[in-house]
Amino acid sequence: MRGNNIMGIIFSNLHEDLISELTDRRTMGAVPFGGRYRLIDFPLSNMVNSGINKIGVLTKSNYQSLIDHLGTGKAWDLSRKRDGLFILPPFANTSEYSNRLTTLNSIMPFLKNSTEEYVAISDCDAICNIDYKAICSKHLENGADITLVYKRDQLPPKLHDPAVLSFDSRGKVIDILINPNITGSCSYYMNIMFIKRELLIELINKCISKNTLNFKRDIIQGEYKNLNVYGYEFDGFAPIITSMSDYFNANMQLMNREVRHDLFRGDRPIYTKIRDDMPAKYGLGSKVTNSLIGNGCNIEGEVENCVLFKGVHIGKGTKVSNCVIMQDTKIGSDCNLSYVIVDKDVVIKNERTLAGFLSYPVYISKESTV
Amino acid sequence: MYPKQEVVAMLLAGGQGSRLGVLTQKLAKPAVPYGGKYRIIDFPLSNCVNSGIEAVGVLTQYQPLVLNEYIGSGQPWDLDSMNSGVRVLSPYEQVKGAYWYSGTANAIYQNINYIDRYNPDYVVILSGDHIYKMDYSKMVAFHKEHKADCTIAVIDVPLAEASRFGIMNTNPDGSIYEFEEKPKQPKSTNASMGIYVFSWDKLRKYLIEDEETEGSSHDFGKDVLPKMLADGQRMFAYQFQGYWKDVGTIDSLWESNMDLLDPNTPLDLNDESWKIYSSNPVVPPQYIADGAQVQNSLIADGCDISGSVDFSVLFNNVVVKQGAVVQDSIIMPGSVIEEGAVVQYAIVSENTVVGRNAVIGARPEDIEDKDKWGIAVIGDNLKIGENAKVAPKAMVSTDIEGVK
Repeated sequence: MRGNNIMGIIFSNLHEDLISELTDRRTMGAVPFGGRYRLIDFPLSNMVNSGINKIGVLTKSNYQSLIDHLGTGKAWDLSRKRDGLFILPPFANTSEYSNRLTTLNSIMPFLKNSTEEYVAISDCDAICNIDYKAICSKHLENGADITLVYKRDQLPPKLHDPAVLSFDSRGKVIDILINPNITGSCSYYMNIMFIKRELLIELINKCISKNTLNFKRDIIQGEYKNLNVYGYEFDGFAPIITSMSDYFNANMQLMNREVRHDLFRGDRPIYTKIRDDMPAKYGLGSKVTNSLIGNGCNIEGEVENCVLFKGVHIGKGTKVSNCVIMQDTKIGSDCNLSYVIVDKDVVIKNERTLAGFLSYPVYISKESTV
Repeated sequence: MYPKQEVVAMLLAGGQGSRLGVLTQKLAKPAVPYGGKYRIIDFPLSNCVNSGIEAVGVLTQYQPLVLNEYIGSGQPWDLDSMNSGVRVLSPYEQVKGAYWYSGTANAIYQNINYIDRYNPDYVVILSGDHIYKMDYSKMVAFHKEHKADCTIAVIDVPLAEASRFGIMNTNPDGSIYEFEEKPKQPKSTNASMGIYVFSWDKLRKYLIEDEETEGSSHDFGKDVLPKMLADGQRMFAYQFQGYWKDVGTIDSLWESNMDLLDPNTPLDLNDESWKIYSSNPVVPPQYIADGAQVQNSLIADGCDISGSVDFSVLFNNVVVKQGAVVQDSIIMPGSVIEEGAVVQYAIVSENTVVGRNAVIGARPEDIEDKDKWGIAVIGDNLKIGENAKVAPKAMVSTDIEGVK
């Protein structure tokens, strides 16, 4: 059965400053990941796989590559006569989208004209395969006004204003600390929320009228005492991207078979834009180990612990290890690369050597020539 | 009222392809998987789109389910336009009764209404049995230039092989004066590729005439073309240069897949200007594990390789476990090669499990009696038990019990 009583809102633009190299020419949601995906594919596919039919994607600037990626929404089955995909850039100027709360306020007509009872809200910084239907049933079971999805782990050091939650025995939120000084494991909010649509509208209006414009402090922290706010623990694979090294590590974690099975489950697949590439070609004398390879690649050299996106060429005598190489990058022969993140459409000429380190991978920007 | 289309293509996809045995037990030949992610029909369909042909009728008859489902709305090939695009044309019941397509010409005859509504000047007749990239618009231009009534695409074949084909004997100006079907002593090496361009008014007339001719087998090659030639219609041979392969037999299907591994094969599937489109499964990228050995192979997304793969074509979601060996073989989507199994010179169809230490096929150099050697073929959704052995040239359509 298609369709339910939930609509989706995805913030595709937040957290961009944390990986400014990758978001220089694209929005957060359009950051390539895992050999063929963009970060927005994860929240978008999760919502679609949970039966959500109406999804608004908020985007502020640099959104050409995002719009090119999303198209009509066909790849996510969101190109529909009824509902489907709504791309929501700022109406007049980007200052409307200066923070989460004013952004939501500026799409008020979209929220008001919808008929769905609930709204699922997600950012693009957590890479996971999560079932919103399960969150919804827990929300109903708890009689919650708001359900916050959280993860139990050490706080990623660079996460913006992390909200750390404490619960009573029933999972009701009894305390929220923003940006606390905590070492060790804690329950932190993953920027995924489930809320009644009318309540969301009411809270936004209230904050706008009082000019209290911080979503986390004024809505989540400000209202939890007046409302039934519950937590929902997500214990699957869910790296949060707060730095280039997080980004690098999250790609590398895909070499783990269990991680792949958790993220790319057959019953809840991750959809993405289609390119008609031929299967990957492994040449005579090529050597590939522990790597994730996309269709359209042409490999003649050695590849070890790498993620190669679609259409990457690795020349003869070249050795690439511990690298993330994005689509259509061509690496010549007799090169040596280790711990390098190479963006799209880069040309690396013959006999080049580039090396970074695990904690600080070197980044080569889009369309450059080395 | 449909907008006029200058050219309409009709793709004959009804053939059973019985020489492909278990591979075409449940699907028509044009739906047979090829090249790691394609089906044979992707080639003529993509050629149509890349040649600018907007209306394509696909004539189906034998086991059409998989083919119908695959073609769907035509969206993967951009053939889902409002007024044109791809239409699947199956035989139907008429006022006079219900008829199967009794021959290639009859199949087109029964769909005259479909062609007429586009009021075309030319009709291109294609088949779904070949792997090739061809610009049909150039052939239509040739047809126009020569004021032809019928143009037949031909390819130069080695003289030794010419007797396997329909040979077109031509005058110096390219006009055809004689057809020879599989001649013992061929006069030329112009083999027909089964691709025809007709001026629609002429073809329409001949189809109606042929339908009324008693004893006709309603076949283009046997009836319609010889009749047109006898009547002195302008018939020309259009020379095609490039890769072209019939994949109607197990050997030729295997060879054509292996051709993709040869860098000298003039068939570039990544050519941006002439892409071969197909429907793309939703799967993650392929994973090559530590200790895996992959060489000179084509591997599709979704595969998980821990064993050794050499000179092979692997479709999406194939799993090759540790210690397994796949050489000179084609493994179709979703099949699993368990630990220690050895697959050589074989075609394994979809979703089949080859059990631990099973041995499928053999290398030709390991077989003394060369007559007993050939490509081993395993059907779809089968289980080959542990330690089982499948001889070269075997065609397996049922599960095989394991051996302790």
